[in-house]
Amino acid sequence: MLQKEIVYEATLDHDFLEEIYALPGGHEIKKCIQCGTCSGSCPTSYVMDHAPRKIFSLIRAGFRDEVLGSNTIWLCSSCYTCAVRCPKEIKITDVMYALKRIAVAEGKAKGQKGVALSSIFVDLVNKYGRNHETELMTRYILRAEPLGFFHFIPQGWKLFVNRRLPLIPHRIKNINQLRRILKKVDELGEI
Amino acid sequence: MKYTYYPGCSVLATAKHYQESIDAIAGPLGIELEELDDWNCCGATAYMSVKELMSFAISARNLALAEPFHRDIVTPCSACFTVLNKTNQYFAEYPDLRKKLGLTLEAGGLSYSGNLRVRHILDIVVNDVGNEKLASLVTKPLEGLKIAPYYGCQIVRPGTDFDDPDDPQCMDRMIEALGASPIEYSMKSKCCGASLMGTQEKLALRLCKNLLLEAERNGADCIITVCPLCQMNLDVYQGKVNKLFGTKFNLPVLYFTQLIGMAIGIPEKKLGFRRLAVKSTKTLKKYMVGA
Repeated sequence: MLQKEIVYEATLDHDFLEEIYALPGGHEIKKCIQCGTCSGSCPTSYVMDHAPRKIFSLIRAGFRDEVLGSNTIWLCSSCYTCAVRCPKEIKITDVMYALKRIAVAEGKAKGQKGVALSSIFVDLVNKYGRNHETELMTRYILRAEPLGFFHFIPQGWKLFVNRRLPLIPHRIKNINQLRRILKKVDELGEI
Repeated sequence: MKYTYYPGCSVLATAKHYQESIDAIAGPLGIELEELDDWNCCGATAYMSVKELMSFAISARNLALAEPFHRDIVTPCSACFTVLNKTNQYFAEYPDLRKKLGLTLEAGGLSYSGNLRVRHILDIVVNDVGNEKLASLVTKPLEGLKIAPYYGCQIVRPGTDFDDPDDPQCMDRMIEALGASPIEYSMKSKCCGASLMGTQEKLALRLCKNLLLEAERNGADCIITVCPLCQMNLDVYQGKVNKLFGTKFNLPVLYFTQLIGMAIGIPEKKLGFRRLAVKSTKTLKKYMVGA
């Protein structure tokens, strides 16, 4: 929750806003009029620490830890409802992605299941060139909630008996080309 | 009409029946889909959450591979559609990103000039094939069947121009062309929870419950979807929704391509109905060939 004590401007992080500006279309965040359309449209805002409108206000005021530590960024489902409704055309979903990346990079996302899911996904694509859903689900469950493995069995079984979980992954032929592209991304550094 | 086809990873696994029904109806509808050779994963939302440039770069490889064919690139998956379309648009809009993507593609011996149009297969069916042609192919009119058109979120959101983001209509009109009735309900473009089903299960189950409830209340016999993740969440997790909320939903969740297949008289075996977790109900079976 928001700090109850007085927060002095000197303790806030004004570079935070600059990081958001660096995104494609990131400058749009300046235009936010705090109308709350995003929060009202969001299907998951009711369980968020801070709904999107408040997140924008916190970003602009420099409340870095408050934003990166909130559950908000991990509850965004990428449905883009806020983004299409925003009267100022702020790319809100992109901002949420950026906040996820910053939180991951700064180690503020430890224990977030979303990070486990994303990192296994990335690993699979680097290995095969494609996602292998069977392996994704298995590895994710084992890593994120090993005790919940049995809990997933009914769904896994439904997929398996209906032959929707193939055991063998599809690999692309020119995986080396994909890896050269990814290596170049590493050299260039992230955006 | 010939297109470059980008299947996406899901139709190889959890959404096999989407592909089976697309294969079955493409011929009769006059759609020729030539699969993009050696396509890779689009990156989905998972990639974007950790690496932005990387996500655009792997997506751009597909665009670069497809460009020499000078045809629209078509995908059946809403997430693939959003990611490929976004990469394509940002490539055009943001010079810095374009430059970086150019360099990464060059490392793989590829190039892209931005001359491609990314489209979803629903767009092809309702706009290129058109409801008039669709209606002319119907041999088993779905009269009396009430259908909830579920557009989901990503297909009608940013950068798409083929329907309204809040109250899309194209699938409603398509349902009418097949002889059935679309139900009116408020959830047609609301989110199913997508990959939150893996990370925030209870939250996603609640979103699915709201959807199923609205569809059922408004008299739907089944729901039709355009996205592998929507289909999986509403179908495979329907039992879990019932358990958690004490509901008794038994709503089959089909791909819109399966529904078209039924109406144009393709035997159900060719349309992948056996892969549904919530099996076809008696009402639905009345309209199927070979059920």
